Amino acid sequence: MKNGVIRELFKNRTLLLMFLPVAVLLFLFNYLPLAGLVIAFKDFDFTKGIFGSNWMHPLLDNFDYLFSSDTAFRAVRNTILLNALFITVGLIFEVGFALLLNEVRNKYFKRVSQSLTFLPFFISWIVVGVFAYNLLDFESGAVNHFLTTIGLQPIDFYSEAGLWPIILTIAVRWKATGYGTIIYLAALTSVDNSYYEAASIDGATRWQQIRYISLPMLRPTIIILTLLAVGRIMNADFGMFYAMVGDASLLFPTTDVIDTFVYRSLRKSGDIGMASAAGFLQSMIAFVLVIASNYAARKIDKDSAIF
Amino acid sequence: MPAKRFSISQSLIILVISLFSLSCLFPFIMVISGSLSTENDIINYGYTIWPKHITFDSYRILFLGSNRIIDAYGISILVTVAGTILSVFVTSMGAYVMARRSFKYRNILSVYVIITMLFNGGLVPWYIICVHYLNLKDSLWALILPMLANAFNMFLIRNFMNSIPEEINESAKMDGAGEFKIFYRLIMPLSLPVLATVGLFVALSYWNDWFLGLMFVDKQELQPLQLLLRTLVSNVEFLKSSSNASAMQRISAQIPSESIKMALTVVTIGPIVFLYPFLQRYFVKGLMVGAVKG
Repeated sequence: MKNGVIRELFKNRTLLLMFLPVAVLLFLFNYLPLAGLVIAFKDFDFTKGIFGSNWMHPLLDNFDYLFSSDTAFRAVRNTILLNALFITVGLIFEVGFALLLNEVRNKYFKRVSQSLTFLPFFISWIVVGVFAYNLLDFESGAVNHFLTTIGLQPIDFYSEAGLWPIILTIAVRWKATGYGTIIYLAALTSVDNSYYEAASIDGATRWQQIRYISLPMLRPTIIILTLLAVGRIMNADFGMFYAMVGDASLLFPTTDVIDTFVYRSLRKSGDIGMASAAGFLQSMIAFVLVIASNYAARKIDKDSAIF
Repeated sequence: MPAKRFSISQSLIILVISLFSLSCLFPFIMVISGSLSTENDIINYGYTIWPKHITFDSYRILFLGSNRIIDAYGISILVTVAGTILSVFVTSMGAYVMARRSFKYRNILSVYVIITMLFNGGLVPWYIICVHYLNLKDSLWALILPMLANAFNMFLIRNFMNSIPEEINESAKMDGAGEFKIFYRLIMPLSLPVLATVGLFVALSYWNDWFLGLMFVDKQELQPLQLLLRTLVSNVEFLKSSSNASAMQRISAQIPSESIKMALTVVTIGPIVFLYPFLQRYFVKGLMVGAVKG
């Protein structure tokens, strides 16, 4: 038996060798950090490394410290609330926009508007941050110029934390709506036309056709994409927050998320104990959520699950 | 669908879509306009859709004023080209092994790859492993290696390769070709559509990446373009320390900081906008391949 395994491996040694580069890369950049999660229970010392550092005394001290921090609690709350907001608004926009595009009869118009709305997906958040700055800057921003022209007071956006959940939602929608629409639109175009024909012969209005044919047809796609998004609810898009908000600490009450919090603790304040404890909890919860949402997605449609 | 040619709802739909489409384009136009505006116009009128006085000063200063911008461009191009070639080669080679039906243990390898999609060690251990154990701080490899192997792309390629008939392997084997030769000479060319799509995914993420630079690169000469853009947005003064400062003075007494930011933004997104029609087509194709995966 054992000999058989070795013989099989030896026979396929070229194949194994071909797999080696990815195996090594995944080991270094994915598996080692997984093992490195123990750092949350260690008193990290740079000279000793993750595995050589001493264990915490008491073992959960990093977590005690984390749980007593208001900033950490705020980051968790913001992550979940903002992601829930992004998921909900995103769903409405993407499905809505796909339904609208599907109603358009002019092929040329459809193609051009799809190209335009897909464009923002291809640029980095850094560039989007510049765009946002052009619009929102207190002195030269286009929005404030517009406000003053029509006789209103300019708004100092970069110190108004309360406005940022809205601003960030708009930014996400601006960047991702065109991309998100593609899959829904594909699902819509695959609907057999005879359904619509039969419905209109029976006197159904366009609206009724959308309500009773298009939406039910989109249902599996909607459920699965939403489930998979919920599975990632603990993970914020670091790039967006870092590029849009950056170091504007006045905005942190509504925009500081786990990922930016961990980043700051790691790189700026050097508080590795707290950062690793927060990261550990995030990884664990994310793992449970991913497995659960994937399990649910699999129940609904076997092909849509990741595994 | 046979329906009335003109209707209120149809024109309303067209209006909504047009407005959203234009809002997607609007910031791009504003940046281009800003980069061509004089500093005074930006201060007096803010960012506008059309520049009041057109000037190319900001571009001239940008390229005169800083070797760093040329350097950053070079770094970004180098990282994108090297990263894309290496990534496509390495992941497709791995995917070939996972797709090889005669290999009994291919599923174990698939599980090994899938696990990386589910479990995530998070930022802190990842960062410490890269810096402390792999010594990636301030090296060009730091901008390439961490993103090289991508589980999602591997499955995309594997699924495509699964549709290539096994007989090709068998007959090539008869002719005495080894596994690597079969992969390189036969399977890779046959997989060109999916490799092109994945290549574009990868190239785009390398070009747009600044996270790796932010984490690992403190040395200014190694900063990629995107990161330099961020540095410049928060601090335009560094241009003054350039060796060409006097030449820049001759173009404009004051550094037009706002329009320079815009000019660098235009330079950064230039290649993407330029290649956009091409990118878009392959991306949509790739998305569809991903959506109907097996």
